[in-house]
Amino acid sequence: MAISSTETGPSDGSPGLGAFFRNLVIALGIMAAGIVFAVLCAVAVFSALNTVLPDIKLVQAVLVMVLGVAACFGYFWGSNRLLDMIYPPRGHRVAENINAANGIRPWLFLGPAVIILGIYLVYPVVNSIVLSFYGPSGEHWVGGANYAWLAKDAAFRESMRNNLLWLVVVPAAATFFGLIAAALTDRISWGNVAKSLIFMPMAISFVGASVIWKFIYDYRAEGSEQIGILNAVVTFFGGEPQAWITLPFWNNFFLMVILIWIQTGFAMVILSAALRGIPEETIEAAVIDGASPFQIFYKIKVPQIWGTIAVVWTTITILVLKVFDIVLAMTNGQWGSQVLANYMFDWMFRGLDFGRASTIALVIMAMVTPIMIWNIREARKDMK
Amino acid sequence: MSTPVGSRPALAWVVNISVILLVALWTLPTLGILVSSLRDKDQLAVSGWWTALTSSERNLVARSAPPEEARLQEGRYVLTGNVFEGNSGEVTGFGISSREPSAFAVGENAELRDGGMLTVDTDGDYTIAYSEKPEPGRGQRIFVSTVEPPKFTTENYENVLFSEGLGKSFINTMTVTIPATVIPILIAAYAAYALAWMEFPGRALLLAAIVGLLVVPLQMSLIPLLRLYNTVGIGKSFIGIWLAHTGFGLPLAIYLLRNYMAGLPREIIESARVDGASDFEIFRKIILPLSFPALASFAIFQFLWVWNDLLVATVFLGNNEEQLVLTGRLRELLGSRGGNWEILTASAFVAIVVPILVFFALQRYLVRGLLAGSVKGG
Repeated sequence: MAISSTETGPSDGSPGLGAFFRNLVIALGIMAAGIVFAVLCAVAVFSALNTVLPDIKLVQAVLVMVLGVAACFGYFWGSNRLLDMIYPPRGHRVAENINAANGIRPWLFLGPAVIILGIYLVYPVVNSIVLSFYGPSGEHWVGGANYAWLAKDAAFRESMRNNLLWLVVVPAAATFFGLIAAALTDRISWGNVAKSLIFMPMAISFVGASVIWKFIYDYRAEGSEQIGILNAVVTFFGGEPQAWITLPFWNNFFLMVILIWIQTGFAMVILSAALRGIPEETIEAAVIDGASPFQIFYKIKVPQIWGTIAVVWTTITILVLKVFDIVLAMTNGQWGSQVLANYMFDWMFRGLDFGRASTIALVIMAMVTPIMIWNIREARKDMK
Repeated sequence: MSTPVGSRPALAWVVNISVILLVALWTLPTLGILVSSLRDKDQLAVSGWWTALTSSERNLVARSAPPEEARLQEGRYVLTGNVFEGNSGEVTGFGISSREPSAFAVGENAELRDGGMLTVDTDGDYTIAYSEKPEPGRGQRIFVSTVEPPKFTTENYENVLFSEGLGKSFINTMTVTIPATVIPILIAAYAAYALAWMEFPGRALLLAAIVGLLVVPLQMSLIPLLRLYNTVGIGKSFIGIWLAHTGFGLPLAIYLLRNYMAGLPREIIESARVDGASDFEIFRKIILPLSFPALASFAIFQFLWVWNDLLVATVFLGNNEEQLVLTGRLRELLGSRGGNWEILTASAFVAIVVPILVFFALQRYLVRGLLAGSVKGG
């Protein structure tokens, strides 16, 4: 807790509204000065060096990066100096000055973050809501026309159906496999190696994973040798090879497998930590009572980690709502595999209709909102 | 763990075998493309990667020399040559129509439509004998089934890196990733300190807002930001994408760092304050070094996320040689080179190798970060 809160003064824990706004205004002024100072220095150095250095993109990128980081440092250092110059922490008004500076400094620290969050996350939410009432280029007011269109659009219904399927299957399967993997790997000597390997797909991009799995699903006409392992297995057991990702409805599940493959490791790591956190006494008591390992797992351990399972489940759910790369790379929404995020991308880039695309984005946002509210409530409970 | 499993060998076996199965399922897909990317492209096209170590069967089409080159030998006009044209291999059968490339066994005679007799040897030498001088024309097509020893090559990698433009994309991805990882850390660290250790009105509200922003879907931001960029004049540039990734990464960065910093011992910070250190000094000299594990966790998250991102790069960078990143290039190749698995597998491996190395090297921090963000009591 900051010292200021234990003293009385204009900037203690609960200052008046007037003091709050005064601090904010001074902070904004210093912030602006700091940003201008940092940016000007960076631009000056950049233009000076740019004439000397060779015209290679990577060199320029490194230069811009170093300058960007230096500018960040420059801002924080410069704005703090400025604050200390305005309210010097010495002289005959030292106590008042320190108090005044302590009221302003948090805003200097927070400034860049708040500005960037405002521009990149808060403003877009508001702007998307506005755009959803406008036409393709965002210039003509169309009222609820985009929403009316959405309600009747067949491709949107298909996307909703598929998204709901994804929402049910992927979090459930990834959590289930993660739980099994966590329980099993905790019991063997080479468990950490096994964990590492199951966790590894997490580092692979969705597009990379799509290539990997497209190779598995590869299809050759019946009679020729299959180079995709799935069709090779199917023909080995006497089945007919299939072009898996073009089978309407079922192809959704073949795409889901990719995300399950990626997310199981995440679920495993977190659930494994939770399983290890279970008090030993509860397990010992069950062992003494003669419970079998399966009973211990399902009746003693799992009920104790419900909270963590819920966290894993919701985290994957949020990811699923935004699933995009896999569908784009595998089918691009053909053969009945469209999902909301890809459909939105479609209207944005191919349909060039910002109004409709924003409306679809808002549907995704609406589906995330309950989880968002739940998260905020949980976080506030934790912080008390 | 002191469960009674150790005392039940049968159960221990079941557990071990299940884990082996799980690990196999989770690693084989990646192994498949790694093995395939190193195989000869003709072998890759006709046999599964799991047969990479065995000899592979292949059908070849060769064309004989034109009939007018036949020379008179022992009263017959004879045409000779080799179906492999300089390569090596072993012929197991041959034929004269594409439907039956192994209709005849090695050494048998096949009668051609123009009256010639064709025979092919194991080493690929063929002989066509005519009883009369043949009409001039094109050479005869010869279909052969061959067995080839396994061939491995790095040619596919040379090909994708230098001719398919992947090398360029690799540099572009680096150019995007490194600044987009470093910049948010700095900005978030200061904000996290303020939220953890400074008192100011509205702190609780800001924290709640950041938890809320954690889950705002990226899709919301694309169109408004695209329009904003065009208005401001940033357009499709690296600066634009660095800032975008900074914005999208900040909530997680602030959340992770704040949670970590709030857990640091209060005594250290208070004694520094008593000694007259300012917040700026406390942050730089005490908090920042102590928070290294959390900084590393976030850095890995952000690195993996930016390196693997396709959506933000597609929207905020151009689709040209100068700006196409690895994921974008891979997606383009999937469209244009859909059947060329030697190109796709090698490209995919180039795209995933750096994150995988980072993952294995720094896994500890990644796990710690995940746990800090997710495990809650209960």
